[in-house]
Amino acid sequence: MVAQDKRIRVLMAKPGLDGHDRGVKVIIHALRDAGMEVIYSGLRQTVEQIVSVAIQENVDVIGLSILSGSYMGIARRLMARIAEEGLDDCLVILGGNILERDVVQLKSLGVAEVFNHHAEMAEVVSYIRNNAA
Amino acid sequence: MAKPKDNGAKKERPVREAAYNSGKPVPVVYEPDAPDAVYQEKLGAPGEYPYTRGIYPTMYRGSLWTMRQYAGFSTSADTNARFNFLLGNGQTGLSMAYDLPTQLGLDSDDEAAQDDVGRLGVAVDTAQDMADVFEGIPLDRVSVSHTINSTAAIIQAFWLIAAERQGVALEKLRGTFQNDMLKEYIGRGTWIFPPRPSMRLVADIIEYNAKHCPRVNAVSVSATHIAETGATLAQDVAFPILNALAYIRELTARGLHVDDFVPTMSFHLSVGGGVGPFNLLESIGKLRAARRIWARTMKEKYGAKNPKTMQLKFSTGNCGSRMAAREPLNNIVRQTLFTLVAVLGGTRSVNMACFDEAFEIPSDESIRTALRIQQVIAHESGVADTVDPLAGGYAVEAVTDQVEAEIQAIVDDYESRGGIVSFIESGEIQRLLARQAYEHQRKIAQGEQVWVGVNKFTSEEEDRMSAGEGLYEADDSVLEKQKERLARVKAARDAGEAAAQLEKLARACESSENLVPYLMDAARAGLTVGEMTGVMRSAFGAYVEPSVV
Repeated sequence: MVAQDKRIRVLMAKPGLDGHDRGVKVIIHALRDAGMEVIYSGLRQTVEQIVSVAIQENVDVIGLSILSGSYMGIARRLMARIAEEGLDDCLVILGGNILERDVVQLKSLGVAEVFNHHAEMAEVVSYIRNNAA
Repeated sequence: MAKPKDNGAKKERPVREAAYNSGKPVPVVYEPDAPDAVYQEKLGAPGEYPYTRGIYPTMYRGSLWTMRQYAGFSTSADTNARFNFLLGNGQTGLSMAYDLPTQLGLDSDDEAAQDDVGRLGVAVDTAQDMADVFEGIPLDRVSVSHTINSTAAIIQAFWLIAAERQGVALEKLRGTFQNDMLKEYIGRGTWIFPPRPSMRLVADIIEYNAKHCPRVNAVSVSATHIAETGATLAQDVAFPILNALAYIRELTARGLHVDDFVPTMSFHLSVGGGVGPFNLLESIGKLRAARRIWARTMKEKYGAKNPKTMQLKFSTGNCGSRMAAREPLNNIVRQTLFTLVAVLGGTRSVNMACFDEAFEIPSDESIRTALRIQQVIAHESGVADTVDPLAGGYAVEAVTDQVEAEIQAIVDDYESRGGIVSFIESGEIQRLLARQAYEHQRKIAQGEQVWVGVNKFTSEEEDRMSAGEGLYEADDSVLEKQKERLARVKAARDAGEAAAQLEKLARACESSENLVPYLMDAARAGLTVGEMTGVMRSAFGAYVEPSVV
C-alpha cells in the first residue's frame, strides 16, 4: 500500500480534570474535514486510559487539549507511559493555553509540537499531515 | 415625544440625584406621552409586567448593579486575602471560584486531583476550609455567588455552616449557587452523576432554599457556558430557559406551585459570548426579550400570581471566547462594550472576563481593570441615570421583537418534543453546538468575520503575555498545604459521628427525601467533599458521556 492511501488516525484526548472542550471539538471537525480519522476520548481521561486507547486503535497521532494550565505534570506522565508501552513512533502534540516559556521543557519531554492560543486550525492540520508516520 | 417621570421614586425608595451637563435634573425614566395598548402589552413601565424595561421601577437610580469579579485560588487564606483586596477596592459582592477537584467531588489528597488542587479556584475539602475563606467577612452584609454545580449541595452545606458559625441567621444570607447541572452536560463539563439524579439534587436545593434561605438563589440558570460552547444569540437564551423549565417540572412534580420556589431561581445571561457576529443593539434586545418571554411564560403557561415569579432576574457575564490573545489590551475595549450592553439591557450584576484571561488566572492589575470598567460606566457615562434609556427607539424595539420570536420558536420546538433533557442525554445539543463552534472558527480563519488585531489590522507586537510576563504565578506549595489542612480536620473529628452521618446520608440517597439537611449534618461532622460524593456516586451511578462530536 502506498503511503498516501493510508488515512492518518488521530486520537484527540482531554486528560486531567479540565472540562473545556470547545477547542478540542473544533480541531476534531477540522481534522475530519481534512480527511483524517479521528477518535475522541471524551472528558477527564487518565494517562493510562489515553495510552490504552491509542494502542487499541493503532493511532498515528495523540493530540492533547489542556486548558487548565496543568499540562506539565500530565505531559510528563503521558510521555513516560508511552515509552513504557513502546509507542515511540506515535506523534504527540499538545494544544491549549500553553505558556511560551514552557515549550522547550515540553519538547524535551518528547512532545513533538505545541499549539497555543495563537495557532490556527490549518497549522494543526498541516503539521499532522507533514509529520505523522 | 417622550414624557419624563420619576416612576414612583419617592414612595418606592430614595433615588440618587443625577443632572445633565446643563444642570437640569435627569428624570428616572421617559415614557410615551400617551402610553397606548401596544406599549402596555409589549413594554410596560419599568417594574411592571411584562418587565421588558426592567424588573425594578427605579433600576440603577435606586441602586447600582452588583459589581463582582470571579475570584478564588489556592488555599482558604489566599482566597480570603483576594476577597479582602476586592472589597477594599469597592467591589460590592463576591464571586467564588472553586478548584476543579472541589467541583468534581475529589478531595485534595485524591491522586486524580494532584495537578489541579487550588489551581483554577480555591480548594475546599471541608466546612473548615469554607469558614476560613470568610474569616472576617460578614456573611450578613456581603452577598456571595458560588460557581459550583455537581457538588453544589455539599458546598452550600459548608457555606450555611460557615454562616451559622458567624452567628448569621440563614434567612439573612444573600448569595447564589450556580447549581445548574443541565448546562454542565451541554457545555461546562463538571458532571459526576447522570442527568436524572443530578436534577433531583438541583431540585432539593431549590426546595430547601425557598423554605429556609429565600435570599440565597438556589440556582443560576446559566447561558454563558452554553454561549461559549458554540450557541447562537437566540440559542443562548432559549437553551437556559428550556433547562429552567425542566427544573420547574421536577419541582411541580413534588406538588409545588411555581410561586413557591421560582423566586429563588436566577439566571446568568451571556453578553458577547457565542458564535456569529456580535451586535450591540441585538444583544441589548436579547436581554429585554428574555425578560418578556419569562414573564409571559410564568404567567400564562404556569399560572404565576407572584410578580417575583414573573421577574427574570439575571446577572450577566462572559467567559472570554471573544477576548483575543493577540494585542490583549484591546480586550479592555471589548469588555467595555459588553458591560455597556449588560447595563443598557438591565442586568443586576456584571462579571466579565479579564483582558489576560486567555493566558492565566487574572493578575491583580487585570482584575482591577475589569472592575474599573464597571465603575467608569456606572459613574462617568450617565447610562445608569435613566432607566431603560433606549426604549422606544425604532431599532432597539424592532430587534427586541425579532430576537424574542427567535428564542420563543426554539423553546416551543423542544418543549413540544418533551423538553430538552432527552436531547442533552443523547448528545444532540452538544453536537449542534460543536458544529456551530467549528463554523464560527472557519469564518474567523477565512476572514469572513472581522476580529481586530487577530485577522484584520494586525501588528507585529511582541506577545509579552505568552512569555509569561506580568501573569499570575501558580504556587507549587498549595497541594502540600491543602493536604495538611485536610489531614488536620480528619484527625480532629469524631470518627464515630462521621461514620454515622455518612451512613445516614447513604440511606437518604436511596430514599426520595430532600438531601440538604443530611448533607449539612455530614458537613458539621467534618466529612469531606470526596467522602460525601463517594456515597452519592454509589447511589446515583456515574455519568457516561454520549458521542458529542
